[in-house]
Amino acid sequence: MRRERAPLAIGILAAAGAAFFILPLIGLVVRTPWADAARAVTSADTLEALRLSLVASLTATGVALVLGVPLAWVYARIEFPGRSVLRALTTLPMVLPPVVGGIALLLAFGRRGLLGSWLESSFGISLPFTTAGVVFAETFVAMPFLVLTVEAGLRSMDRRYEDAARTLGAKRWTIFTRVTLPLIAPSLFAGAVLCWARALGEFGATITFAGNFPGVTQTMPLAVYLLLGTNPEGSYILSLILLVVSLVVLVGLRHRWLGSA
Amino acid sequence: MIAASLLAGCGGGSQTSTLYVFAAASLTDAFKAMAGAYQKQHPDIDIKLNFAGTPTLVTQIEQGAQADVLASADTANMDRLKADGLTSGDAQVFAHNQLEIVVAPGNPKGIKALADLAKPGVIYISEAATVPAGKYAQQALQKAGVTVRPRSLEADVKSVISKIELGEADAGIVYTTDLKAAGARVQGVEIPAEDNVVATYPIVAVKGAKNSAAAGAFIAYVLSEAGQSTLASFGFKPA
Repeated sequence: MRRERAPLAIGILAAAGAAFFILPLIGLVVRTPWADAARAVTSADTLEALRLSLVASLTATGVALVLGVPLAWVYARIEFPGRSVLRALTTLPMVLPPVVGGIALLLAFGRRGLLGSWLESSFGISLPFTTAGVVFAETFVAMPFLVLTVEAGLRSMDRRYEDAARTLGAKRWTIFTRVTLPLIAPSLFAGAVLCWARALGEFGATITFAGNFPGVTQTMPLAVYLLLGTNPEGSYILSLILLVVSLVVLVGLRHRWLGSA
Repeated sequence: MIAASLLAGCGGGSQTSTLYVFAAASLTDAFKAMAGAYQKQHPDIDIKLNFAGTPTLVTQIEQGAQADVLASADTANMDRLKADGLTSGDAQVFAHNQLEIVVAPGNPKGIKALADLAKPGVIYISEAATVPAGKYAQQALQKAGVTVRPRSLEADVKSVISKIELGEADAGIVYTTDLKAAGARVQGVEIPAEDNVVATYPIVAVKGAKNSAAAGAFIAYVLSEAGQSTLASFGFKPA
């Protein structure tokens, strides 16, 4: 690699850009009461929120894999009218304010919602205020990250292996599971991790659609928000836990699966 | 030179000066109306309002947000600010509020009293105890001897009302004034005086306020007959 010196202006602006992200993190670390940290991390409320966050975000990632990989496959392989519009609609949650997503979910899956009222009257299923509701909200917001990553993987893979399998007489489903999926494993993994990290941090859609109750719907980000008013130190500590988890994910992802820069 | 022009601004000359008023979320409509009326009388004052749950406001002020006046929805959070040494002078009570049960229009679940919130099939939601409304709701239930587990602890009164309006929940406990503001979208069920909780709203000038004279004048206006009648029109009880 060629060694290059940055022009002064670029160097200064880049440093300012980096400081913009680093300073808030330093603020959090500096203001965290480390003496109380161990107690806060192991307190029942925190552990409950952490457990719920892990369960809900992992389940959401599972749902996203089951529904999102086929969706990505269709986007990458099937030509049909309105494909780009459909893709835009299904990836809208990436840029939509999550609270808006939560309201939309209520209007579709709430007790009076389009599908929700039928779910309630026919099966007695009501999603708001349940852990399933949290999974719904997290999947809604996080799945597009998986779909786009997997679609990109499908488009850039070498399709000659699929052609070879076909000429050898493999069925379409066999080709998908035995050839396509193993070939796109890196993007599958990267998409799943991005999706999981987004689900873990989900706040707006969750509090709007699923509400907030410890042990049922109160995930870590909700606990952070509600503690800020009354127990700021506790809130700093929870924030730091989320920060460390996210950092581990990003660093790990970069080195192991996306190739180091 | 600069100092002189700044002083002229504060002195109520032709320049306008900005007054930052932090007020509890339940005061939103009343304070918007009062600020509007006050600015008409005092064109040199530009009032900037910031509404949020009271504990959030106190945290913002502790973290150095520019605030001249704080109007709190309870005394506990006011005491917290005082303990921080961030108040100037004593806080003055300017209004009271009461609680009511909020239900969907037509009261489909037939809720008549706090005890009905614990009936099977009734989805009761509350505000989180981190905001004053949530604390008051707990106190009212305790007074009435009712044990009920809320299905959700919402971040503020407005989200409780909107979830009941959307039909996701059947009942909640909110301020009388919020019910009045919500109009026909929801319906109220009165809570008898012996179970009700009176919310006390204190107001104070924030220490180090850039505009302490204007802060004092605005507080005086809130306590004046004009201010009190505006508050009353939004359902607040007098100080």
